Amino acid sequence: MTTALNPKFTFETFVVGAANRLAVTAARTVAESPGSAYNPLFIYSGSGLGKTHLLMAIGANAKRLAPALNVEYLTLDEYVEAFHAAIAAGQGDAFRRRFQTVDILLIDDVQFLTNRREMQAELLRLSEALQTAGRQIVLTSDRPPIEIEALDERLISRFSGGLVVDIGAPDYETRVAILRRKSEERGAEFPPGVLESVAAAEFTNVRELMGVLNRLVAYQAVNETPLTAEAAQELLGLEQRAGQGGGKAVAAGGGGRGGERIVSPDEFAAFLTDVTVTVGKAVEAWRARIAEAILRWEGEGYRTRRLESLLEQETPLAPDEEIASFARDVERLRALEAEVAQFDPQSAGQSVFRDPERLAEAEETASRVRAGAAPPPGPSAALPFSTFAIGASNQLAVNVAREVLEEPGRRYNPLVVLGKSGVGKSHLLNALGIELAQQPGAIVACLSTQAFIDELIGAIDGNRMEWWRARYRRATALLLDDIHLLGGKDRTQEELFNLFNLFHDLERQLVFTGPAHPKTLPGLEPRIVSRLEGGLVVELVEPDRDVRRAVIRRTLWAQDVPEDPALIDYLADRPADSVRSLAGLLQRVVSAAAAQDVPVSAGLAREVLEGGTAAERRRTVGFRTSGIVVSSAGGVRSREKIVWDWASPGDRVIEDLR
Amino acid sequence: MSLVNFTTREITCKIVYYGPGRSGKTTNLHYIYGRVPESRRGRMVSLATQTDRTLFFDFLPIDLGQISGFTTRFQLYTVPGQVYYNATRRLVLQGADGVVFVADSQARQLDENLESLQNLQANLLEHGIDIRSLPVVMQYNKQDLPRELILQLIELDDALNFRGVPSFPADALHGNGVFETLKAITELVLRRLAQGAPA
Repeated sequence: MTTALNPKFTFETFVVGAANRLAVTAARTVAESPGSAYNPLFIYSGSGLGKTHLLMAIGANAKRLAPALNVEYLTLDEYVEAFHAAIAAGQGDAFRRRFQTVDILLIDDVQFLTNRREMQAELLRLSEALQTAGRQIVLTSDRPPIEIEALDERLISRFSGGLVVDIGAPDYETRVAILRRKSEERGAEFPPGVLESVAAAEFTNVRELMGVLNRLVAYQAVNETPLTAEAAQELLGLEQRAGQGGGKAVAAGGGGRGGERIVSPDEFAAFLTDVTVTVGKAVEAWRARIAEAILRWEGEGYRTRRLESLLEQETPLAPDEEIASFARDVERLRALEAEVAQFDPQSAGQSVFRDPERLAEAEETASRVRAGAAPPPGPSAALPFSTFAIGASNQLAVNVAREVLEEPGRRYNPLVVLGKSGVGKSHLLNALGIELAQQPGAIVACLSTQAFIDELIGAIDGNRMEWWRARYRRATALLLDDIHLLGGKDRTQEELFNLFNLFHDLERQLVFTGPAHPKTLPGLEPRIVSRLEGGLVVELVEPDRDVRRAVIRRTLWAQDVPEDPALIDYLADRPADSVRSLAGLLQRVVSAAAAQDVPVSAGLAREVLEGGTAAERRRTVGFRTSGIVVSSAGGVRSREKIVWDWASPGDRVIEDLR
Repeated sequence: MSLVNFTTREITCKIVYYGPGRSGKTTNLHYIYGRVPESRRGRMVSLATQTDRTLFFDFLPIDLGQISGFTTRFQLYTVPGQVYYNATRRLVLQGADGVVFVADSQARQLDENLESLQNLQANLLEHGIDIRSLPVVMQYNKQDLPRELILQLIELDDALNFRGVPSFPADALHGNGVFETLKAITELVLRRLAQGAPA
């Protein structure tokens, strides 16, 4: 139902003149910071002066600056039709909801609201809802709100509450510019003077002007000879039009054969041409060029003080270079603004991006925003896939992770990794993050849920929610560790919910870890739980022997301890409920070896982990003080929690058999 | 009044049609008014007596739009020709960038023409302006009248145009020579910009 935006209708293809400058400036502002400047923006003009073009240009530009924005363009008739269809299908509420989530709503031709009471009420409700939510509305009409017949007072005041601008008929210069640009677009070339003479006629409408250009192009194509200004005027019957001004159309000459007459152009137009030439000569050429540049950039909303100051000088050194450098600075500002808009739409609207004199400041702002928004926290480089020990206990999870890497965002989205503390969830998460980040253009947000919550609180506190959101929306993958910490954090869940939907829709990968199945986690909203369940939930269990061996070998290698098969076997055979606890055991052994200045060996490990020899046991007992024992390994242990005297293995076996 | 304002990028030309009573100054303005597209012209203000004589002055603003990046506006004024409105004439002359002297070509009006020309010179002097430094063009109006009633161009030039400024024969009622005159004074006025003379 919604009409697609015509890609030809952009600000770049819109010829700006005195009659439409205000409207274009307002439209640009709205496209750059929707919902904050003029809301609603109401543009009116006669037919064929570019309302629809501007409306679509707003949509296209806003989309370009912030692709995530939901932009809807439609004519009032389409809106009415859709509404009626929705009502007929019993979907009125769905219809309303749909339009209430639009970020920029562009409605064309609202003059047709005349005598449509129910549509007026509907539109009033919608515009109230959108404005309250800070969403942008832009409307066009062929007349100002007050002149739309039988329009509800409340709508009039609402429409007039933002900015009401009109687009006037193009003046001579704009007409020439339009004709030039359009003939260029069509690859048609006319001898000098032709377009100017056509533009001299008072066209009140750009469409009419286009029709005229079409005729010129067609005529020239058929005749294969370049058109002259006189022939063009005759072809278009412009002499009558010019003559309508009153008085007489000075018809000089007229000697030729029957029917042929030479019509001298409109006196005023000729006068205007003369004045233009004289002014051109009088106003030194460089001044004219600078003045034109000022008009152009000012029309696009840039401060032109720098160029204006040139005009005040007697003879500037190199005016053309100054203009070129100004243009370069504007380009740079544009690039900076576009970049900043990605990070933080709020900052992009700053006036500093509109003043080439403050380029340095703009660079600074941009780098600040860049630094501030500098990618959301990424994965830890210390936890790559290469160091992730793989065994039967985690093979499934690893396989799934690999498949995710093959097609991020498509196969298992979200991926939820469950497991007890220390079994390697975080390691797997970060390893995935590192791999994902290696894809071109990837921005991976990989952080603990606690950090995520803290950042959000910081953003709320600093009133930088837009910045915060933009930062995460930019990411191509979101990996959150310890999802259970979300419990009871309603606002975080709300934001995560929105991010989740965005990422899911855009096929960006989501990965979460948690200690238990989401539905058993307390304080998690059902909508989050159901979304987590919608992907794939895999579990990491206690590390098996292979994993333990791998972890031990890796840890020893990392600490430059020579590999001792007996030590590895001994340690790997010890029960460990998590990789972390295993690493802890190993650490104790290594530290003890360092303290005693002996090599790490199975014997030492046994000694450290099982309490050492009987002699030592006695010795340690002698050290006892207040129930706390300082072990030789350097750790502090509570006496009560340590089994000091073990029964002999034989006794234990019998005990077990019983 | 500044003729060219580079800061606001505006060119404003004030052109005064001067001449004896009934020489056709207002007719010039009326003709121009009729030829300027509606969108370009402001309301023509004309304070006239019941017998259509200019009582105070006529004023016709014309907007020429953007020229070389300058918003260009012309303000055309006429003065009341009758001798006893001299105070008004002096007032209107204030800040003029150029003067069109509309002379009546009829032989019997020669004295009035001369008197008005002297009056112009005197009034300009009152404003501290030497007529030789101000752009002036002559228009010999009513050239459509029977030859026996009017002076020939050469005679008029001899009698009135002793400074040798551009002169044009005209029939303002039918528009002949009106725009030629306007064009000439405009060119003179604008050319002063190039010379950097303050207007």
